[in-house]
Amino acid sequence: MRRPRSRIAAIALKEFWHILHDPRSLTIIFLLPVIQLIMFGYALNLEIQKVELAIIDLDRTPASRELIQHFEGSPFFEVMAFRAPISQIETLFLRRKARAVLIIPADYSRQRQQGTTVDLQLIIDASDPNAAINISNYCQQIVEAVPTTRLAPPPAPFEVKSTIWFNPDMKSAYFFVPGLLALLLVMISALLTSVAITREKETGTLEQLLVSPVTPVEIILGKVIPYVLLAFLDGVGILLIGVFVFQVPFTGSAVLLAFLTLLYIITALSLGLMISTVTSTQQVAMMAAQSATLLPTLFLSGFIFPLRSLPWILQLISYIVPARYYLVIVRGIMLKGNTLPQLITPALFLMGLSTVLLIIAGKRFKTTLEA
Amino acid sequence: MNQRKPAIVAEHLTRRFGTFLAVDRVSFRVYEGEIFGFLGANGAGKTTVIRMLCGLLAPSDGNAWTAGFNVRTQVEQIKQHIGYMSQKFSLYEDLTVRENLAFYGGLYHLRRDQIQQKKQQLFQQLELAAFETTLARDLPLGFKQRLALSCALLHDPPVLFLDEPTSGVDPRARRDFWGLIQSLARSGKTIFVTTHFMEEAEYCHRVAIMHEGKIVAMDTPETLKARSRKSSMQQVFVSLIQQQLTES
Repeated sequence: MRRPRSRIAAIALKEFWHILHDPRSLTIIFLLPVIQLIMFGYALNLEIQKVELAIIDLDRTPASRELIQHFEGSPFFEVMAFRAPISQIETLFLRRKARAVLIIPADYSRQRQQGTTVDLQLIIDASDPNAAINISNYCQQIVEAVPTTRLAPPPAPFEVKSTIWFNPDMKSAYFFVPGLLALLLVMISALLTSVAITREKETGTLEQLLVSPVTPVEIILGKVIPYVLLAFLDGVGILLIGVFVFQVPFTGSAVLLAFLTLLYIITALSLGLMISTVTSTQQVAMMAAQSATLLPTLFLSGFIFPLRSLPWILQLISYIVPARYYLVIVRGIMLKGNTLPQLITPALFLMGLSTVLLIIAGKRFKTTLEA
Repeated sequence: MNQRKPAIVAEHLTRRFGTFLAVDRVSFRVYEGEIFGFLGANGAGKTTVIRMLCGLLAPSDGNAWTAGFNVRTQVEQIKQHIGYMSQKFSLYEDLTVRENLAFYGGLYHLRRDQIQQKKQQLFQQLELAAFETTLARDLPLGFKQRLALSCALLHDPPVLFLDEPTSGVDPRARRDFWGLIQSLARSGKTIFVTTHFMEEAEYCHRVAIMHEGKIVAMDTPETLKARSRKSSMQQVFVSLIQQQLTES
């Protein structure tokens, strides 16, 4: 090591020392994603299983029992017979004994033999509307699977058959692993860097940096590099858990994903840097970083709600949410096997976004020295 | 003393913040190897003068040269030739003594062997060796001050700016510190120091007393005391400020 060390390296090394001297933060950086993944993976389960279904069979014939067997055979339902009067079903819902009640009418087998349409009554507890829709759909599927006997109803002139691509089993892991990757990366990156400069402002060390020959660009680059590496490791961890624990397929190129993830991390870090140049205390910077990343990433990126269903003003705001572009990229690469030419638009948007953020950070930083 | 080369020159140096005149046409020269004290109450404009001389703040009017470089046009060269120590000591509290030194050394493009050599020398001079792997936050205040001084001296700057370097430090550590400053001056370094401890002015070769952005008196402590027939700098300062207040 005879040659003079670069000042960027000196700053990057110093940031690493800060991280190493603070094992608690380091633990949080690496443990947080694991905990979140597990929470989302097991708690936020959008696939509904074992729905308590009470069946009131007013028919009590072999035909009605055959229908009940179809429900019993399905993993979605946990069937229990209910013999009390129909007027009692409200208590079933109130006591949370059942989430749905199916009533088989007394003339079920007779009507089926005649080949007329039978009306089954399904009562669903819709206090969770999404679940209610799913329950209704599953019931429909099961009833349709019951072989029609005797006189089949005349076939409809057309029929819609849906084929679901890229996630044929509609597994929610496919949905939350890319979403969490986007969320955790942006939160960690923005949080880490947002305190990086405000901390120096608070302790007065920034003044000392400014009387040294170091330039704002060197400070910013030196501070970003260690956190890029840290966030990248985090991303790799999340992906490994996603692929190996939650069985999310990985059809595209890992190299392309790594490259675009780096771009996303840089965008998030630039956001954090920008925040740290406009705030004066670590507390404010942390709050700002939180509010600039958590809710927009959850709601304005297409992670949970489709962007098209948002009011136009929120759709407009979503253009500056980095996760909006990254989600297209991760979902595209992991589930669809997208290649770079297909992802060039979101990639360019991320590049543009980070450039703008870095320019603002650089400009603001220069003026903070003067004040 | 005046035959020596000036290390700092200020000519009608002025700085306004909006309509507030923080520094008002201040002129002085500090010569190589001199300890020049800048005295004044808080808000008198001392820190603003230091910031202009370090190239951190552009003057609104007038001009100045530090280590031969112009504060308006040669800021980069100035930064290479000055050491700066602020009253907050500007250390990274969560880093060790060694890491703090290595970092500041790296900022000045020093080679690792240069840092090592300079560090040994400073450790010996400042008795810091025992604390090499101690976190800065765990150092006694007096040693924090020495570490901050070491960080400012690592790149061997000819001019050293000390902004209230002894605030919060106990009297004994303060005396030791001034001993170090004097030996640095003897080795040829120019020292520009601000303080509001008037008794510390006695350690300076020359002092300037600032009041509301203006220099109201500038000379050796002995001459100032003799002229106003006072026995201490504290009394000199009080009588000068009173005089200013009655005039205005």
